[in-house]
Amino acid sequence: MSDFDSAFWSLWVAGLTLLSIVGCALLLTMQTKKRVPGAKVETTGHQWDEDLAELNNPLPRWWMGLFWITIAFGLVYLVLYPGLGTFEGTLKWSSTGEYREEVAAADKTFGPRFQRVASLDVAAIARDPEGRAMGERLFLTYCSQCHGSDARGAKGYPNLTANTWLYGGDPAALQATILDGRQGAMPALGEAIGGAEGTLDMANYVLSLSGAKHDAKRAEAAKPKFALCAACHGAEGKGNPQLGAPDLTDKVWLHGGSLETIAETIAKGRNSRMPAHRDLLGEEKVKILAGYVYGISRP
Amino acid sequence: MDTQAITYNDKVVRQFAVMTVVWGIVGMLVGVIIAAQLAWPALNFDIPWLTYGRLRPLHTNAVIFAFGGSALFASSYYVVQRTCHVPLVSASLAAFTFWGWQAIIVAAAITLPLGITTSKEYAELEWPIDIAIAIVWVSYALVFFGTLWQRKVKHIYVANWFFGAFILTVALLHIVNSAEVPVTMFKSYSVYAGVQDAMVQWWYGHNAVGFFLTAGFLGIMYYFVPKQVGKPIYSYRLSIVHFWALIFTYMWAGPHHLHYTALPDWAQSLGMVFSLILLAPSWGGMINGVMTLSGAWDRLRTDPILKFLIVSLSFYGMSTFEGPMMSIKTVNALSHYTDWTVGHVHSGALGWVAMISIGCIYFLIPKLFGRKEMHSIRLINVHFWIMTIGIVLYIAAMWIAGVMQGLMWRAVNDDGTLTYSFVESVKATYPYYVVRFLGGVLVLAGMFVMAYNVARTIAQGRPVNAGIPPVAGVAHA
Repeated sequence: MSDFDSAFWSLWVAGLTLLSIVGCALLLTMQTKKRVPGAKVETTGHQWDEDLAELNNPLPRWWMGLFWITIAFGLVYLVLYPGLGTFEGTLKWSSTGEYREEVAAADKTFGPRFQRVASLDVAAIARDPEGRAMGERLFLTYCSQCHGSDARGAKGYPNLTANTWLYGGDPAALQATILDGRQGAMPALGEAIGGAEGTLDMANYVLSLSGAKHDAKRAEAAKPKFALCAACHGAEGKGNPQLGAPDLTDKVWLHGGSLETIAETIAKGRNSRMPAHRDLLGEEKVKILAGYVYGISRP
Repeated sequence: MDTQAITYNDKVVRQFAVMTVVWGIVGMLVGVIIAAQLAWPALNFDIPWLTYGRLRPLHTNAVIFAFGGSALFASSYYVVQRTCHVPLVSASLAAFTFWGWQAIIVAAAITLPLGITTSKEYAELEWPIDIAIAIVWVSYALVFFGTLWQRKVKHIYVANWFFGAFILTVALLHIVNSAEVPVTMFKSYSVYAGVQDAMVQWWYGHNAVGFFLTAGFLGIMYYFVPKQVGKPIYSYRLSIVHFWALIFTYMWAGPHHLHYTALPDWAQSLGMVFSLILLAPSWGGMINGVMTLSGAWDRLRTDPILKFLIVSLSFYGMSTFEGPMMSIKTVNALSHYTDWTVGHVHSGALGWVAMISIGCIYFLIPKLFGRKEMHSIRLINVHFWIMTIGIVLYIAAMWIAGVMQGLMWRAVNDDGTLTYSFVESVKATYPYYVVRFLGGVLVLAGMFVMAYNVARTIAQGRPVNAGIPPVAGVAHA
């Protein structure tokens, strides 16, 4: 085991462990005096605070038995399992070994059912009743914390039922998103576009792109500066799924579509992260999840 | 100078005894508030200082260190004087421990709601307060052991072994676990990292249970049970064996808080093995207390103070059986992270620690204020029953909730996916959170009954410092 940087510490820990257990056993052995039938139990003869004294009854036998049983159990356990320094225990048990065995057993039991569903393509999983049910259960366990039990998302967490996508909603894009995660970064542009006033102008221009209520004069003033934004969002503000840059013309807002919130997004930027699940779930489960999401986004 | 003293120093005992009741109410009130927040989350009113994450450490610190700590200071100062037949070695240092401890509690009550925390459970207070704790605690040790040193009776009474072990060990635990690097006035980082930090933290955490909440309160038991019963302690021999066995084994039990984590397997095994061996030594204290009553069982019917003391020992026996069982890895795999743990802690904290403290305070208050007994014996009885029912509601609700959560979290469908999402287990726990809240309300209500009874007793009496009786068996000219 690599927990010790020298053999000394292993011996030190093992020695102290045994000393503590042997200490308990010695205490018990030293105090094994039995009750003499009929004999009166005397006090120790010490007295405190006028009337405080101690009888000297023998240890209850059942209690000693209990103590011996736990000591014996402890010693046997330390022979069978790791516990005495670097000694592995005769059973060679380890928690990682137990984990591997349980995962292997689960794969063996549940594997075939997953394989049948995972062998379908994503659109077919969405149509398959068992695939949908499996996908929903996986979704509730692994995805609902951010996207919500109904998959409608929340501020900063995309709604998965609207069939509008930052990174594309086709089967391959969905699987890529879940497998390897996404890193969405909108830089802070407040200074670059002219401070608070410039930001407010730009927010009005962004609102105008989706035909929302806005101040036309301010929007007009910001229009030339949109070139800065167009690098990611495109000249028409239609977004770019390669970068995860949102379409600004569709009335769908990840962080909120009020004038204030859009101004905040422009001024301070946003950072969003969808975590990767390749190692956690593996490709089969991710494909089933993609099938579920594919299905709920296209009712 | 001390040979001239004719009375004990009961002033500091009085101060701590009264504050035990005050901090009991404060700590349990915060407990009831956070219990209500778990059932009805809107009750934090979106005010940061009232959120669960900040009030929860305030609750634990207030009940353990303010309420339990004050009870331990009061009882240990009372007991060490009476079993040594000398007043406290230094009245000014004893007064310093009182005011110092109160100042620390107030500092905790301010900083924790502000979100100033080290984030180590039961050791949340930041480094300036940690230093203050170390100073007050060393002063406490000086007063206690200094008084013990001057004793007029050669043999050290068993209660003092337990108080002494508690004081020494808590000093060690606090100083080692609180080793931290200050960054600003209110922020520090632990000197330990990763799994070592977790191990040191739970070595501290479990021994806070073992030495603060067990050894200290066994000290209370060893004086107040025989005194209240009026009979000698059952077995000196048993007290020796279980004292040393507790010392040998408790120190090792911490890793059972870290089963199935990054902690190496061998350390987890040690935590489990020693937790199991701990069962008999723990029960030794219970047997010694309960058997002291043998031949006088009828007293339980008529003496509510004795009810508190003896029922506290029953809860102690129950939770020290439950603890070793929960430390078994396979049981822990079900119980860990569930409300079962919360139920277990409260059967110990309310059933054992709070009940024996309350029994001890009911014993002390009349003596400290020159009264024969408490203002109303009937109200002690009322307090006993309200509290007992409250505790049973609390722990039964948390047991059921905990086992249910454990079973829901591990349930799988026939395709291996989880049957329940996490939030479904939260939803299923809701009724039990309400029952737990009601249990807490009953326990808190009992504390108000106590406060009334204590206030009336104090109003009818006046502060009295008891005279020092002659040492038994020693002739005085």
